[in-house]
Amino acid sequence: MTLAFSPAAEQRIDDLVKRYPDRQGALIPVLYVAQREFGYLTSEALALVARRLDLPETKVLTTATFYTMLRKRPVGRYHLQICHNVACYLRGSDELVAVAKKKLGIGMGETTPDKLFTLEGVECLAACGTAPALQVNEDYHEDMTPEQLERLIDELRAASRSGGGA
Amino acid sequence: MPVKQYNHLLRLGDGKDYRKLDVYRAAGGYKPLAKALELGADAVKAEVKAATVRGRGGAGFPAGVKWGFVPQDTDKPKFLVVNADEGEPGTFKDRYFLTHDPHRLIEGCIICSTALGISTCYIYIRGEFHEQIRTVEKAVAECYAAGILGKSVMGKPFQLDIFVHPGAGAYICGEETALLESLEGKPGQPRLKPPFPAVVGAFGCPTVINNVETLAAVPLIIEHGADWWNQLGVERDGGTRLVGISGHVKKPGLYELAVGSNLKQVIYEVAGGVLEDRPIKAVIPGGSSCPMLTPDELDIPMTFDALRDAGSMLGTAGIIVIAEGTCIVRCLQRISHFYAHESCGQCTPCREGTGWMSRIVDQLEAGHARQADLDMLLDIANEIGGNTICALGDAASMPVQSVVKKFRAELQAHVDHGGCPFEGQPLPRA
Ligand SMILES: Cc1cc2nc3c(=O)[nH]c(=O)nc-3n(C[C@H](O)[C@H](O)[C@H](O)COP(=O)(O)O)c2cc1C
Ligand code: SF4
Ligand code: FES
Repeated sequence: MTLAFSPAAEQRIDDLVKRYPDRQGALIPVLYVAQREFGYLTSEALALVARRLDLPETKVLTTATFYTMLRKRPVGRYHLQICHNVACYLRGSDELVAVAKKKLGIGMGETTPDKLFTLEGVECLAACGTAPALQVNEDYHEDMTPEQLERLIDELRAASRSGGGA
Repeated sequence: MPVKQYNHLLRLGDGKDYRKLDVYRAAGGYKPLAKALELGADAVKAEVKAATVRGRGGAGFPAGVKWGFVPQDTDKPKFLVVNADEGEPGTFKDRYFLTHDPHRLIEGCIICSTALGISTCYIYIRGEFHEQIRTVEKAVAECYAAGILGKSVMGKPFQLDIFVHPGAGAYICGEETALLESLEGKPGQPRLKPPFPAVVGAFGCPTVINNVETLAAVPLIIEHGADWWNQLGVERDGGTRLVGISGHVKKPGLYELAVGSNLKQVIYEVAGGVLEDRPIKAVIPGGSSCPMLTPDELDIPMTFDALRDAGSMLGTAGIIVIAEGTCIVRCLQRISHFYAHESCGQCTPCREGTGWMSRIVDQLEAGHARQADLDMLLDIANEIGGNTICALGDAASMPVQSVVKKFRAELQAHVDHGGCPFEGQPLPRA
């Protein structure tokens, strides 16, 4: 089956393309649309974006590979991203990392076998005044203690069992 | 004199939801824009130039002077691009405007655009700021509906569109020319300058790039005048700015302070001093790229010029305080990893040098470094500085240079001890 955008995504892309004096300007926003549609950017998804924007596939690939938030691999349902930069380090981010690894039974950059959690260290989230900080998918959690992180992981697990989102 | 706190820019305390257009307007919002439209382009440009507002993105270039570089006699479209890629460790001020007061930024953008004859503005917001992207998009939509943006700005013969453009997780895109590449859908690799963006910027056209906080100051300057703004700060460095304090202080957070506030007082009075009342070991005064200061260097006014003369930088005014008992090598590890990870790889000295420095710092901490590595670390840092396309190379070398110079004995102890002398010592607790 060939990949296709949903009608809503098509409309969104039409709107995005109009914002820039040339089509490539819309590339990153459109790659986000594709990521939202398909979960992550497979080579089929990249080819689809290239066709849709009438850009060479190599250009699309070069851009997609440069940016970490344009994902070329799947992540778990909850993408736990703990800031490990200096301001968070000073306020105990190492303890958060240790607790997350232990509780999830995985290392940094890994995903739990049930595909629920992906754990990652990230750079400064611009939340240094409320450090240590982390993100779960699109949401910030700041001023975190190890206990709060354990509770958060429990809550996310429970939410997934009852079918809820992040 | 005690350090005074202001609420011209930072108005969290009053409990109002300034994200909403009617709330923003009820507090006087968009009156400065109306005033600017009455005054006319030349008067607005003159006022902003007189206000000595120095770029809040880190480099401190006067905004009014930058605006003056944009050619007025061109047939090409001109663009305003807002740098909301905030990512320099220690910096968390632009996030405040994007989260709580987006109209302040939008109003600044409209005043700038109408004064310079710009009809398209892009607000480039780092991708991690999902909530802020939604907030700013909502505020922009409200402006279109209210006739503040679109075919006519407040009934005047100006057309202006504002679009929010998401970043995608590359710190280097905060560098203005990398940001332009990214806006154009390319990898965020900085361009050689000249030409400067004012002449050849976004999509090959003249472009103004300003930081969020720089533009957020513009409505205040138009409302109260350049003289008012300037008397808040010091000569050639006017106004107030959002100072972020993080690390080992009792009251970390964001404060609005006059330019020129005393750094030591800011740490002890405003931020409540150091956790567990420990002595200070080091202070990073304006984001992680700034050379570290030692406790005897803190009695200094927070201005671009004073910090430069002291061998450091005011940068983004994001202060990170490091208490005694913390291992300076561990702090440097985080900083050096960061710059190595974020180097775009275009220039050999930066690509190779940042990785090399980071590995030596790791070896120091692990106890595998040899005596010669200390000198090598400094040599590499000195090699990078000034030999690269963009300032990330300098940003990576300056913290290293300052640590080798000011904390050499501690680095030596790591070599002699065959590892970290701080092993097992807890960080101070909040
Ligand atoms: C590596 C690097 C990262 C930067 N990151 C940012 C940033 O996140 N936000 C920002 O406003 N300026 C950043 N800058 C500075 C910009 O290049 C530019 O000076 C600034 O956006 C100009 O706006 P201003 O004059 O209003 O400060 C960065 C510079 C470098 C070299
Ligand atoms: S200095 Fe580093 S980040 Fe800047 S252009 Fe060169 S390689 Fe890229
Ligand atoms: S260092 Fe973690 S949010 Fe800035």
